Amino acid sequence: MINLIINGLPVSVEEGATLLEAARFLGFPIPTLCYIDGLSPYGACRLCVVEIGEGPKAKLVTACTYPAEEGLKVRTASSRVIKARKMILELLLASCPQSKTIQDLAAAHGVRRQRFRQEYEDCILCGLCVRMCEEQMMAKAIGFRGRGQNRSVGTPFDIQSDICRLCGGCMYICPACQLRCTYTEPEKAVCGGCENLSPPCLEKEQFDDMMCYMDPCVACEITKD
Amino acid sequence: MKRLRSIEDFESLQSRIMTDHDAAVPTIVIPAGTCCQASGANDLIRVAKRELLDKKLTDTVRLRITGCQGFCQMEPSVLVEPRGTFYPKVGMKTMARIVEYVARDEVLADELFMSPDTGEQIERQEDIPFFRNQVRTILSRNEKIDPLFIYDYINNQGYSTLAKVFKMADPDWVINEVKVAGLRGRGGAGFPTGLKWEFLANQANGHGKFLVCNADEGDPGAYMDRSVLEGNPHGVIEGMIIGAYATGATGGVIYVRNEYPLAIKHLIIALRQAREVGLLGENILGTGFSFDINLVKGAGAFVCGEETALIRSIEGKTGEPRQRPPFPVQKGIEGKPTAINNVETWANIPIIIEKGAHEFAKIGTENNSGTKIFSLVGKAKYTGLVEVPMGTTIKRIVYEIGGGPVGDARIKAVQTGGPSGGCIPADLFDIPVDYDSLSKAGSIMGSGGMIVMDDNTCMVDIAKYFMNFLKDESCGKCFTCRKGTQRMYEILDDISQGHGTLEQLQLLEELAQVVKDTTMCGLGQTASNPVLSTLRYFREEYLAHIQDQRCPSGVCRALITYSINEKCKGCQLCLDACQQDAISGKKKELHFIDQSKCIKCGACKSVCKLDAIDVV
Ligand SMILES: Cc1cc2nc3c(=O)[nH]c(=O)nc-3n(C[C@H](O)[C@H](O)[C@H](O)COP(=O)(O)O)c2cc1C
Ligand code: SF4
Ligand code: FES
Repeated sequence: MINLIINGLPVSVEEGATLLEAARFLGFPIPTLCYIDGLSPYGACRLCVVEIGEGPKAKLVTACTYPAEEGLKVRTASSRVIKARKMILELLLASCPQSKTIQDLAAAHGVRRQRFRQEYEDCILCGLCVRMCEEQMMAKAIGFRGRGQNRSVGTPFDIQSDICRLCGGCMYICPACQLRCTYTEPEKAVCGGCENLSPPCLEKEQFDDMMCYMDPCVACEITKD
Repeated sequence: MKRLRSIEDFESLQSRIMTDHDAAVPTIVIPAGTCCQASGANDLIRVAKRELLDKKLTDTVRLRITGCQGFCQMEPSVLVEPRGTFYPKVGMKTMARIVEYVARDEVLADELFMSPDTGEQIERQEDIPFFRNQVRTILSRNEKIDPLFIYDYINNQGYSTLAKVFKMADPDWVINEVKVAGLRGRGGAGFPTGLKWEFLANQANGHGKFLVCNADEGDPGAYMDRSVLEGNPHGVIEGMIIGAYATGATGGVIYVRNEYPLAIKHLIIALRQAREVGLLGENILGTGFSFDINLVKGAGAFVCGEETALIRSIEGKTGEPRQRPPFPVQKGIEGKPTAINNVETWANIPIIIEKGAHEFAKIGTENNSGTKIFSLVGKAKYTGLVEVPMGTTIKRIVYEIGGGPVGDARIKAVQTGGPSGGCIPADLFDIPVDYDSLSKAGSIMGSGGMIVMDDNTCMVDIAKYFMNFLKDESCGKCFTCRKGTQRMYEILDDISQGHGTLEQLQLLEELAQVVKDTTMCGLGQTASNPVLSTLRYFREEYLAHIQDQRCPSGVCRALITYSINEKCKGCQLCLDACQQDAISGKKKELHFIDQSKCIKCGACKSVCKLDAIDVV
């Protein structure tokens, strides 16, 4: 067992546990966006930052990926953490304002404006769909491509993947388009594609003339030329 | 080549090579690294070979083709041994004459280096201020060795430190020597190398351990690793074998970027020769110790220089950093313990063993021992690779070695550490160049780039340039690094266009701090440095852009106008130079620039001999 102190409270966790697990065990809330139980932690959104260490050596790390260490002192809501989280939410709002998940997170943290030039991107590259596809659906049909501002999610060479079983798991888990995709309620659905196991993202032509209010939608973007 | 089967075999080979070698024979040394070749060294080699053959001098004059020697501005250059005569910027005709003069053991006086300050001619390389003020423990080996011949390296004491280590037969002694020497990693972070090796040596050796030489050198403007690999590949290989012996590593990898074809070629040849001679591979020199090195070529992403991304790249995955801990020493290539060191760090190992740890520790300052190679580029009179003891002041490097400013501009800052480094203003030039002082001043040592900037450099533009580089080179995994660098670039671009506001400046600072705090790897954690350090020392330049819509250095195109003053004599040079036909005026009369056509390219200013073009 590993003993550490979170917000002044001692806690023991098993070796290999992350700071996020330890903090949640104690009931301290830490917002997450790219972490979901059942998928391996990735550390993309940086929303789960906590402060570790003391004095000039104190630094922020992502709770979802950082392993619990013996004697570590963790603060989950120091002013440095709050400041960073608010800025991250502001950046998220500036890029992907249409996501309900992001709006809710922003509201919960008192972020009510963003000061950057407004963009309407549809993917925040959290990587949930990539991990979902690989780890839960055992398919590995999509992955990251490119780096820096050219990074994107998709199939290799944008060719429809042979391994993809059209399960729609990627769309189900996407935090950027959750509100717009109605997945399990087909009667309300715009396309109901995932319910029919034929997501529009994979046969886009079929839906070309459809007036989809989900636009822009990650699912469509995946197969964009 | 005969395979050496024991340490005695090696020693007798070495002493035979050394006695056969007559150092008094005049030798023409032509450096032919990538930079030298680009400026024409290959032509010189051709001319020299032909002349030597034509004049039947092949027995009396030797020719040696080496790696770059560092004075890149004066390339292609020629050095003549044993006199030490240095000829800068040699043309093909001059080369032929040099051969003639060398054969007669004379000096070709009118082609020598001339000091622009005193006007006197300087014959010997070591008397030229650029070289005289350096301490060239690593670079000086470049000029002694033809990298394509392992015997040339052995002739210059090569591999004798390895023999010494084998004879000592005590791995702990080696680690202790490196620790006592106080060598800190030259790749940027300055982690003590001895300590890293000790960690690796203490890991269980169940499934093997790896050593890696990081030659990914992605900083724009830095090329010291390339020069070391091109000029002295065996030095790095010897360092790695010693490291493997000390730590019990079973495999080695040299990770070179594919943009360095000459370095790759020299490494492949060097590795093959070392294997043939029995200095690499199974049962090295009959000691029972085995170690081999593979070459892995990287596709040239800056982020692949970061340790964990580099490991993933070696494994054939996307070059993307991961969470540390676990550190590579615990879990590296394929989950096996791995120690990664920079090219220059490896090149220092044979020097430490040769000199002795205590001698080595005397070079430089406390906690920052040894020498460091910098690539001095930008607005200095002399540019090239500069090797100085750690702790040398910036002033000394820029003024005494670099020769100060070009023309009558005033040097205002140096940028150290590449894209993730920072700018240090001229009034801080007395600080010593070492890991701790630089980071206190808001910059980093990085791998050793040093860019000199003068009055004609706009700091907003510099920050924007580096941010542009970083937003493309970030791996994109961390949201704050990917979007943060994009947003910082966006704001900097606004400011340089004159649309910036004070609120944006405030936002820029807040964002820079958060990006620094919340990113995973060194790239993101230092990505704000260009912004933060220029804001710290040159805030007034930012304010001039925002409040007065003015670029004080005359760089940001949206904020400047070119106009012609009354010094103009109507020579029409600018009129011809302007591709936009924006300049009009009769011969011998004052000319005029039509602002609606001018694209602010500055072509007119660069051709005007009368200083008649104003930029405001
Ligand atoms: C973005 C980034 C790029 C890097 N690039 C290089 C590089 O090109 N060469 C290098 O030796 N180290 C580079 N490093 C540092 C390495 O991660 C590592 O610290 C170093 O190779 C360790 O060797 P050393 O102990 O000899 O310095 C880079 C680090 C970061 C964060
Ligand atoms: S800090 Fe930047 S480069 Fe480093 S892992 Fe994160 S996104 Fe990639
Ligand atoms: S939840 Fe930890 S980084 Fe996204």
